[in-house]
Amino acid sequence: MRLSRIVPSLFVAGALACAALSGSAEHQTGQSAARHDSQAGSQATDQLAEEGQRVFQQNCSRCHNAPESFPPSITGTILHHMRVRANLSRHQEQALLEFLNR
Amino acid sequence: MSASFSFYSRTRCWTARLLACCTVLLFATAQARAQDTPLLSGGVAFLTSTTGGNTTYLPIIEPLLAAPIGQHVLVESRAALLETYFPGGNGYKHSHFVGLTYLQGDFLVSPHLNVVAGSYLLPFGTYNERLSPVWISNLQDGPLIANLGLLSTGTGVGGQLRGSAVSTPNFSLDYSVWYSAHSGNEQFSAKRATGERTDVYLPKQRLEIGLSWDRQLEGTRENFVGTHVWWEPADTSFRFRSEFARGAHGQGYWAEADYRLARFGGADTFVGRFEPVFRLQQTFRRNNLASDGLPSVNTQRADFGLDYNLPHSVRILTSYSRQFSATRNENIWETGIVYRFLVPTWKGR
Repeated sequence: MRLSRIVPSLFVAGALACAALSGSAEHQTGQSAARHDSQAGSQATDQLAEEGQRVFQQNCSRCHNAPESFPPSITGTILHHMRVRANLSRHQEQALLEFLNR
Repeated sequence: MSASFSFYSRTRCWTARLLACCTVLLFATAQARAQDTPLLSGGVAFLTSTTGGNTTYLPIIEPLLAAPIGQHVLVESRAALLETYFPGGNGYKHSHFVGLTYLQGDFLVSPHLNVVAGSYLLPFGTYNERLSPVWISNLQDGPLIANLGLLSTGTGVGGQLRGSAVSTPNFSLDYSVWYSAHSGNEQFSAKRATGERTDVYLPKQRLEIGLSWDRQLEGTRENFVGTHVWWEPADTSFRFRSEFARGAHGQGYWAEADYRLARFGGADTFVGRFEPVFRLQQTFRRNNLASDGLPSVNTQRADFGLDYNLPHSVRILTSYSRQFSATRNENIWETGIVYRFLVPTWKGR
């Protein structure tokens, strides 16, 4: 009688423990993957910003010094202007936007 | 009196039209993205020039408005408001000028093509489009050949195709092709003409080489050709710019080198803010059959400048020039202070 109650209880408890451990592992794996994705995304953004800095030095600074500062609300407008004036490609424009938003 | 009244009347009229255009633009762009707030940029300067003991004073404002409409359209315009005080008779006289330098709409059609329509700066050589704003140029005076190829107005009224044809890490190829109709409008005068400019830029060498050509299609029909070489070595503050232009009646060149002393403690130190500039230029007149803006006789000129880049986008420009020509030799002393501003037209979201 006792054994018939204890065994299923142990089985259920074991199953719950396994599920909990498994869930925790999955959660940890998910967090790790998200962190990895985030790091990869951050690296890509950094690379784009670095390229944007190069685009700025090679295209914008060719004619004029950089303004000391400007509000982020006009970065898009500056980019439109520079795209036409400096004949920037679409990719260069995106890289420059990333750099100006830093 | 009546001429003066007429001038002010016209000025008020154009100012009102400009303000109306700006208001419409600003309302049209009210729903733009957070980063696409219309901007107001430009320069305010006070310049002096002394030749033969006579000093001319020139306060000038050059505002630039850029307003995006959606993701693919940008409307931009630059104006010049200036007053010139010059010696004459007993004391000083003065004259004024108010006008739009250009007013154009830019359509970003594809990654490699932009369409420009309206009144635009002619893309011949580099000076007109890139270096003519008062807050950019290193020297107060433009080059002697600055008007060669610019068809006396410097602007075209019509359309232009431009963009980056190819862009790789090793080189980029840019192009501009334009057509201008005749316009007798007071603010937007232009001649019927067509032209193109092609540049090759080598990013690793920081070297740009370009070719320009245009042809006036009314009055004296003539071709103008030009070439430019810019070199700005990486990791230095040295810049070399040069242009050569040739028309049917004259030709000339200029070469300018400047070096900001950033190596001495950094660009924001007392010494690092100095920027010596040297420019050499020569013009050669073949005949005087056409008015192309070149001096009427062969001329040589050397400009020695020393600029100082103050904080908050303020620059002090000083220069001494010696000009030699068959008619007269002269010294030209110039000083100026320029402030560059860049602000949104309203607080962005």
